[in-house]
Amino acid sequence: MRVGLFIPCYVDQFYPNAAIATLQLLEKFGVDVVFPKKQTCCGQPMANSGFSHLTGDCDELFVENFAEFDYIVCPSGSCVLHVKDHLHSAKHPEKAKEIRTRVYELVEFLTDVLEVKELKAKFPHKVGIHQSCHGLRGLKLSQMSELVAPEFSKPEALLNMVDGLELINLTRVDECCGFGGTFCVAEEAVSSKMGKDRVADHVNNGAEYITGADLSCLMHMEGILKRQKSNVKVIHIAEILNAE
Amino acid sequence: MSSRDKILAAVKASQPQLTELPKVTIPQSAEGLAERFTTVATAIGSKVYEISDLEEIKAIVSAQFNSSSRIISSLPEMQDIAETDIAQFDPHSLENVGLAILKAEIGIAENAAAWVPESNAMQRVLPFITQHLALVISKSSLVPTMHQAYEVIGDRDYGYAAFIAGPSKTADIEQSLVLGAHGPRSMTVFLLK
Amino acid sequence: MKETLQDHAALSDIFNQDEPRVNWHDETLWFVRTKRDRAVNTIPEWELLRETASQIKHNVLSNLSSYLEQFEANAIANGVQVHWAADAKEHNEIVHSILKKHAVNRMVKSKSMLTEECHLNDYLAENGIEVVDTDLGERIVQLADEPPSHIVLPCIHKKKEEIGDLFHIHLGTAAGEADPQVLTEAARQDLRSAFLTRRAALTGVNFAVAETGEIVVCTNEGNADMGVHLADVHIASMGIEKLIPERKHLGFFLRLLTRSATGQPITTYSSHFKKPRPGQEMHIVLVDNGRSRQLGREDFRNSLKCIRCGACMNTCPVYRRSGGHSYQYAISGPIGSILAPNLDMKKHADLPFASTLCGSCSNVCPVKIDIHDQLYKWRQVLVKEGHVSPVKAAGMRGMAWMFSFPAFFNIAGKSGRWFMKYFPFMVNNKLNPWYKEREMPAPPKESFREWYAKREKNKK
Repeated sequence: MRVGLFIPCYVDQFYPNAAIATLQLLEKFGVDVVFPKKQTCCGQPMANSGFSHLTGDCDELFVENFAEFDYIVCPSGSCVLHVKDHLHSAKHPEKAKEIRTRVYELVEFLTDVLEVKELKAKFPHKVGIHQSCHGLRGLKLSQMSELVAPEFSKPEALLNMVDGLELINLTRVDECCGFGGTFCVAEEAVSSKMGKDRVADHVNNGAEYITGADLSCLMHMEGILKRQKSNVKVIHIAEILNAE
Repeated sequence: MSSRDKILAAVKASQPQLTELPKVTIPQSAEGLAERFTTVATAIGSKVYEISDLEEIKAIVSAQFNSSSRIISSLPEMQDIAETDIAQFDPHSLENVGLAILKAEIGIAENAAAWVPESNAMQRVLPFITQHLALVISKSSLVPTMHQAYEVIGDRDYGYAAFIAGPSKTADIEQSLVLGAHGPRSMTVFLLK
Repeated sequence: MKETLQDHAALSDIFNQDEPRVNWHDETLWFVRTKRDRAVNTIPEWELLRETASQIKHNVLSNLSSYLEQFEANAIANGVQVHWAADAKEHNEIVHSILKKHAVNRMVKSKSMLTEECHLNDYLAENGIEVVDTDLGERIVQLADEPPSHIVLPCIHKKKEEIGDLFHIHLGTAAGEADPQVLTEAARQDLRSAFLTRRAALTGVNFAVAETGEIVVCTNEGNADMGVHLADVHIASMGIEKLIPERKHLGFFLRLLTRSATGQPITTYSSHFKKPRPGQEMHIVLVDNGRSRQLGREDFRNSLKCIRCGACMNTCPVYRRSGGHSYQYAISGPIGSILAPNLDMKKHADLPFASTLCGSCSNVCPVKIDIHDQLYKWRQVLVKEGHVSPVKAAGMRGMAWMFSFPAFFNIAGKSGRWFMKYFPFMVNNKLNPWYKEREMPAPPKESFREWYAKREKNKK
């Protein structure tokens, strides 16, 4: 199985440890992982700001980089959802369509494709899960609190396989952290307030770490925690699942 | 072109291709209707009394309500405690009614709503203008949900009818529930065997 | 009603200057969301109800012209006078002409978001007609000379002490009295005299049944009924999208509406008005005001399925922390943000951007409107139509150009975190909105691609 590793631009630049953990984790499960070096960005920041008509070149580049793989795996639900919903190619429309069905967020790749049932990982800490909206309501990584439907959570199932890890309960299980791409600067006041409230829910319920499958949200909450000089840290789920 | 024709033409030009109405039946249990009705009714602020004879209403009324207040009822059996013919009155003259005792046609277990068509209301304004409202519902007319209620109503003709569920209420001030907004301050349900 | 030139972000910024108040507003509305959750979880078939209601509404949209004609014919047969208004102006003129015919200069009105959309009260006031809003929340904002901030909970932004002050001035309650029970009783007494003395009553419409020509109005207070049944003239204003095909379909919508709105199993009153009371006149005004245009927009027509429950507002994390007035449209929150641009793209261009696209709105919507997808799609339309600031547009074009060149991306990365330059929120200074309340991520020693290149080299 050949997997193309899709590392979102800001993860590459600011959170290399999450990307490294993703790569190592996949390799632990015997997957042949390649990082196509010419990748840049999926185009989501532009599209969500209303500029999807400018993402054509981004899309073509994405198709060139990833068409050859059996699966494309990425440690960010938001970027995966964007590719799944919006990747189009004028040059290779069929390839783009194919990619949309083969792109996976890391957690769902582990649970749905690799069908991981056990892990060798240890993380003796109290951890709160941040359900990123695009992973939750877009990729359906967990059941959504609004629906009348059976409970499930793919990230929780994986974290429960980690030795010593204790999951904390939140007062609001899946409220948005307020990042929202350019929303975080365009609507600074509301965005910051949402971030503060989300962080407070984790802190008040005793989290030592906040984890999730989307670093953009974690970056946002980290910014708030650091400003508050909090001891609580953010950590991508790949780093926990890869922790020994 | 009249606005009517303009609007209809614009709508016709804009509406998407015809889709069928869904055909769905919602299965419902008819078990424990009276208990379910009573639980919900109590939760929304109503008082429920199970009675086996209409005469029992009189004792409850005299114990629960101010004896000097004006009482109106659609039930001929209440004529010794209530006015039972108000058809010719100006609705404004009902301003001072303390209690109205009316017959409801259907009771719904899921939401404790009761179906009161105009004929049972005596005057449309009565169930609203009265300070307190009491509805008599036969246990045999309880149904599980709204779907069954509309099955019973079918294509019956009426000029006006309402589902009434509990006393008039508001929570517009800081989400604090207050009973007795504009209509009745209390609702009493007599579930008749 | 004051007009402002500030956008949603600027008004939210002002709203957020009082953080304890934001917390209070957020928690009050979240409480309503939790009540909704409790209510819907008692209905195992909830999702089936949502899907069915959505499909019924789809059928309505696909056959609306026939349903409108059917409804009109049945309403006329019921003795109702039916009027058609192409826009807000015509609606207001029709209402005014009916009142003029009856020499009425004072009217009671129950809640109708359509009349807010049409600014009916202002129009009638200019024409010497006094309107008393009778829903308690609406009465409160009317006394405060403000628009409602929420379609179901019009004065949810007001604290009881502020309402107490208003009532002290206007209704003569004791100074400092802020008990909701006492204030509600004062409003009851005051409005009862209005109900007893007004000869005309206007109501909104929750549902209109094509099959029977009847309309259904839902209230908890009983104010619509108190008004109508004591008046000589009943005027019901409704948007043309309020139709449903058959009476039995009310079963689906009434089960969904109030559970979604407030978590109650049903409103206290679901009143079915079919024929005028003997001696009474009943008018129904069917209003288009942009609805036929929205119906023609394939991506946005589903917004017309809305049954005005307000659940999307209660769940919206942005609405709860910015308040309804920051939207500057009669219908605030997520649903308002996809309805408003249809009426005036330029004026409401900020609204589709007042969202993180978290998607909670679409999940609580009882008729399954794809609200957050429509917000995304409106953004694309607004940018193409030129309603987004040129600075932002230039920045975005630069970003798009850069991302399409991997070589440039690598060089920029090496030369010290190109991100800082090209992502607008990544600059460490006081002018950067990110930095106001959040620290920057600490740049690591090397990027992932640098680490990966080294590893590849070492492998060889």
